[in-house]
This record gives sequence, structure tokens and C-alpha cells, in this order.
Amino acid sequence: MSDLISRLTPFQIDALREVGNIGAGNSATALAQFLKREIKMEVPAARVLSLEEIPEIMGGEERLVGCVLLRMVGEAPGKIVYLVDEQSMYRLLTLALGYEPEDISGEMEQSAIQEIANILSGSFLNSINKMTGFNCVQSLPSFVLDVAGAVLGSIAAHEGQFGDRALFLETSFYEGDNKIFSKFFLVPEPGSLEKILEAIGAESDEQADPGPNG
Amino acid sequence: MSRLIQVRMGELKISGSPDFLGCTGLGSCFGLILYDAKKKMGGLAHIILPEAGRNGNSPDKLGKYADTAIPKLIEDLCQGGAKPNRLWAKITGGAHMFSFDTDNDIGRIGERNTEKVREILKEKKISFKGIDCGGEIRPYN
Repeated sequence: MSDLISRLTPFQIDALREVGNIGAGNSATALAQFLKREIKMEVPAARVLSLEEIPEIMGGEERLVGCVLLRMVGEAPGKIVYLVDEQSMYRLLTLALGYEPEDISGEMEQSAIQEIANILSGSFLNSINKMTGFNCVQSLPSFVLDVAGAVLGSIAAHEGQFGDRALFLETSFYEGDNKIFSKFFLVPEPGSLEKILEAIGAESDEQADPGPNG
Repeated sequence: MSRLIQVRMGELKISGSPDFLGCTGLGSCFGLILYDAKKKMGGLAHIILPEAGRNGNSPDKLGKYADTAIPKLIEDLCQGGAKPNRLWAKITGGAHMFSFDTDNDIGRIGERNTEKVREILKEKKISFKGIDCGGEIRPYN
């Protein structure tokens, strides 16, 4: 099952990136409406990472990050991960709460970050469901504040139970002059990957552009 | 001059006095130290999962799994001149990172890592000098 990740063709990677693109576009719009700010997003990437590479994706294992993890449940199970570094968390919370928080570990602050992740992943899932015809839903969010190595190492360990590598659909969101730096990931389980590719008509190289329901 | 040698996820390394071995950000991963005080030689493994060979995991990197890392660490230390009967262990890590993790086996990686490491060390008759495992991470509360 995990072989599929190693066998992904450039066409399939492109198709998955497009899924990420549409999903993230929706998420950015929703976040912009929530924060009443202009939100920019980077062109999404579809990356196949070995377990050892995962702890580095926030740019250093010892950086303090906030992480919201949601599970994607339904036809295509997987994980949704939202990561924000420490400074960005203060800025994001200032925008969301309307005042600058004294620290980021309070109940109110954690709840606000979870709500932001909820909004992002909800709109992301919506667009995936529209594209694939699935009815995937998300679990309640779980929040952790820790160094990137610990948070991402644990996510890598989760993925490690399915195989040596995992596919990350990645988007970075920015506000204003890059003041907020946060990353949003969709990590489908290997079995789900197959189903998503099939649903968007990219199960083999021969198909034309991915469209709704193939 | 002593060096600080970083042991990254899935790696295992051995070294002797006056160097230091260290790993950061363990989370549900596991830090296993084996030390021969007489030889002043030790090894550190940064373990990710309890067992190799499950669900298509290839045991290409022995440090990744408890069941491959511990024998390899002992082997490397003994090749360097340490004696198996002088080795003692300190273990840390195996945290429970995400709050909805409890409902299935996949979520209990931290606990499963701890169980497996303790089981193998018992099998190898290596005694503990220190254990600080499990729990939830609440660094700021």
C-alpha cells in the first residue's frame, strides 16, 4: 500500500497539488473573512517526505510551534495539521481576539488557534468533498505547544506506521508583510491517496486533466 | 575538546568520554541511553516506532525501531570495547502528544514505544538507572 507514494508520477503529483491549490484557496478566503484581513497564500506543494525529513519542515527542530491536529474521517482518512511558529501565534491571536495576548498557552488563546485551524480545514475539506464526491468530515481539533521536533516527530511516528514515507500537501499562509507565518498540511493515508487519485481521474497517466469526479 | 553529537530521528550513535550525545524534541519518540561507566563509553538511539517490518516498513535504518535499535546499539558498544554486563540504561520520551490519541493502537505510539523498550531491555538483562517516560506535554502550564 505504501508503495503508491514512491510510485507517484509527476502527473499524479501535479493533480494532487491542484487538489491542494483549490482547497487552500478556499481556506485562505475563509481565513480572510474571519480575520477581516487580506491573506496571501503560497502556491501549494505536494511533497513526498521520508520520516526523518518531517521534523524539519518548520525550519528547525528547536523552534517553538503551536500545532493543531485534526483527523479527516470518511472515505479518505488522513490528518490535517496546522502549524504556527511562536511569534506568528501572537500576531494571529492579536488579529483574532482583538487584543495582544500575554501568553499563548491560555485556554482562550488555544481555543482561538484551534478555531482558526477549524475554519481552514473545514473549507479545505469542503472543496475536497466537492471535487471527489466524498463526504469526509473532520474530528475535533487537538492543540499542542512544543518544539517542532517533538510535535513533528510524533506526527512522523504516526505516519511511520503506514510506511517509510508520507505525502504532504503543503500551503503557507501569510498576512500583510509576511508577519504571520503558518503552514497547513493535508496528510492522506496511503489507502486514501489511491481513492483521491481515482476520484479526480488521475489513477493513471493516460487520463486528461483532473476534473470533478474524473 | 568535547563535542556535542546530535542524534537525529531514527539515528543511533556511540561515543566515549569527553564527548556528549544528545537529541532534542523527542515527543512520542524515544531516547535510549546505554552506558558502560568503566569504559566511559555510551550510545544513544532516537527511536521512532516499537517494531520494524510492520505495515510495509523496511528495516533500512536500524535506529528507527526499538526492536532493531537496541541490539544494534549493544553490538556497536561491544565492538568499541564495552562489556554487555556492565551496561546500564536510561530512557526518556514516549509522550502522549495529541489528546484524541487514546482510542486506537496507532495513537498510542508513545506508550507502545515505552512498553517495547522496557521489554527488550529486560530480555537483554540491562538494568535501568533512570526512567522518565510518557505523560502529556504541557511546557507552559
